[in-house]
Amino acid sequence: MLLEYTAIAAFIIVTAAIGFIAIGLGMLFGPKKSTDKKAMPYESGMNPIGPGTRRMPVHFYLIAVLFILFDIEVVFLLPYAIAFRQLGLFGLIEMLIFIVILLVGYFYAWKKGALEWE
Amino acid sequence: MTFALLIEWLIKGFVLVLVLLGGFAYLTLYERKALARIQVRIGPNRAGPWGILQPIADAIKLIFKEELIPAKADKLLFILAPVVTLVPALVITAVVPWGSEIMMFGRVITLYIADINVGVLYIMSVASIAVYGVVLAGWSSNNKYAMMGGLRSSAQMISYEMSLGLAFISAIMLAGSMRMLDIVEAQRTLWFVLLQPVGTAIFLIATLAEVNRPPFDMPEAEQELTAGYHVEYSGMKFALLFMAEYDKMIAISAIGATLFFGGFRGPFVDTYPWLGPIYMLLKLVILLFGMIWVRATFPRIRYDRLMAFGWKVMLPLSLAIVFITAAGILLAEQVNPLLIWTVPALSLLAGVFTIAMIDRELRRKEYARA
Amino acid sequence: MTPDQIIFILTAALIISSALMVVTTRNLIHAALWLVAALFGVAILYAVLNAGFFVVVQVVVYIGAIAILFIFAVMLTRREMRDRGPQLRKNWWLAALLGMLAFSGLAFLLINQADINRSAAVIPAGLDTLGALGAALVSPDLYLLPFEVASILLLAALIGAVYLAATRK
Repeated sequence: MLLEYTAIAAFIIVTAAIGFIAIGLGMLFGPKKSTDKKAMPYESGMNPIGPGTRRMPVHFYLIAVLFILFDIEVVFLLPYAIAFRQLGLFGLIEMLIFIVILLVGYFYAWKKGALEWE
Repeated sequence: MTFALLIEWLIKGFVLVLVLLGGFAYLTLYERKALARIQVRIGPNRAGPWGILQPIADAIKLIFKEELIPAKADKLLFILAPVVTLVPALVITAVVPWGSEIMMFGRVITLYIADINVGVLYIMSVASIAVYGVVLAGWSSNNKYAMMGGLRSSAQMISYEMSLGLAFISAIMLAGSMRMLDIVEAQRTLWFVLLQPVGTAIFLIATLAEVNRPPFDMPEAEQELTAGYHVEYSGMKFALLFMAEYDKMIAISAIGATLFFGGFRGPFVDTYPWLGPIYMLLKLVILLFGMIWVRATFPRIRYDRLMAFGWKVMLPLSLAIVFITAAGILLAEQVNPLLIWTVPALSLLAGVFTIAMIDRELRRKEYARA
Repeated sequence: MTPDQIIFILTAALIISSALMVVTTRNLIHAALWLVAALFGVAILYAVLNAGFFVVVQVVVYIGAIAILFIFAVMLTRREMRDRGPQLRKNWWLAALLGMLAFSGLAFLLINQADINRSAAVIPAGLDTLGALGAALVSPDLYLLPFEVASILLLAALIGAVYLAATRK
């Protein structure tokens, strides 16, 4: 068992407890006089128009996919960044090939307009 | 694992949380005062001398405020979202060393919660969880402005996360370790900001976007989204979201100070270990002032430009920086140690080239419009 | 029981119950969040196995990226993020039977493994596991080929996503 992770788990519990205590304090001391008007969605004082949650543009999905791919790339780079001193020029070229293959996709996405926002 | 150790962890965690809460309270005052001075105002000066009781007054006010929950909101998630936002903002500091170790109550106390061998990656992972609070707050409010703000904010955070990770990698390469203590130790003679100035700049810009600070505060643009993802929040729940934002600023500055500005190292810190937290505090105050100064100076950047900047400028530049760092260190190790200075030279060259390209692009657009 | 075993049992209970919630809950966003809980449980399992690198990678990649993609996808698909159809299909018992069969087969194989009772290996202090991993990734006689092929897989995924989602004018 990794001792350090237990320490982090203890820290997570402390912080979550602080958060819930703060919310509890607010609930304990705050007035509770909810009316229908107060519980309406806030739209700068106007009556709300249409549903609150709506379909989001497909573009956000595309950004999330691109993010996953580059995130995985960063994760692969990390162990290399520790070991690259022993690996020398050979390792550098290997990593360059890995990145260049992904960059092909990056420029494809750029040319296809996936990085543009209307 | 002994019982005493568990108690020590809990106490240390509790003390760190209290320090961060106090830091949050006084950071708000610091920001208001500094902004006021920059705008030739005085700022809060009524509650106590120089307004030092202002944060306490604010806290008491917020506790006694009514908490509204919109009728159509997803109640459980609506209440959970502030906690989900706050926990990563505080937990991210677990691996930041505030000093080495000191003797207290007859035992050696380390001035950090955990020293894991993947410290930097831990920071990345907690930063990636931070997106959830924003998405949940935006979605559970059942308000279209909150939803839009949450989506924009999450897309912005994930877009700048890769550049942040790559900036981390340049620091990891210079230190040859992901352990935060090793990174601090590696900067004994030379801060990494001097070896990798462009990497530091990328880190500072990406973190501004990551914590939704101006000029990247599009998600909460008051004029068009009324406040973004926390529009429906009031009372203590709003205070928690606010606290998370400011604690993220503190955490990010502490991480930046550790990775690029020598961490808790400073003159005489080896003989007097208690100087460590003081040096950290000094560096924090300076870095935080930078964030406040940026807020007072730059106008908000348009959302399409913000995303384009993240994907088309920051990502390629930070990839190039990682390669320059790797190649420069290999050159220095295998040819001549002095060649390490090719790293800052080539990085600055890449940075200048990028700025020139942006300038050209903007001029071209201006020309097309005219 | 050792502390490791207690943590394992609690974590396994967390993973299984949140996985059940993923398939039974009606609200799609809630289902995605239960999935996050299950993935987090897997991260805890990695911590019990002394695999620190995989703990954080699990959180970065699965919770921080893939589950976010799921949430975005749910928000993308429907105006009402709620499943209204019947919860069970007509021949659900067939699926349950097949699932039980697969589970018992796997359990049988596992129990007959020789080293089923072995506890997690203790990593000697000072061993640079991360450096070893990085070296293994780019050395030709270990994982170089899978590593480079992985980049082609990522490239294919990227091109596919752009082709599907990029707006055609």
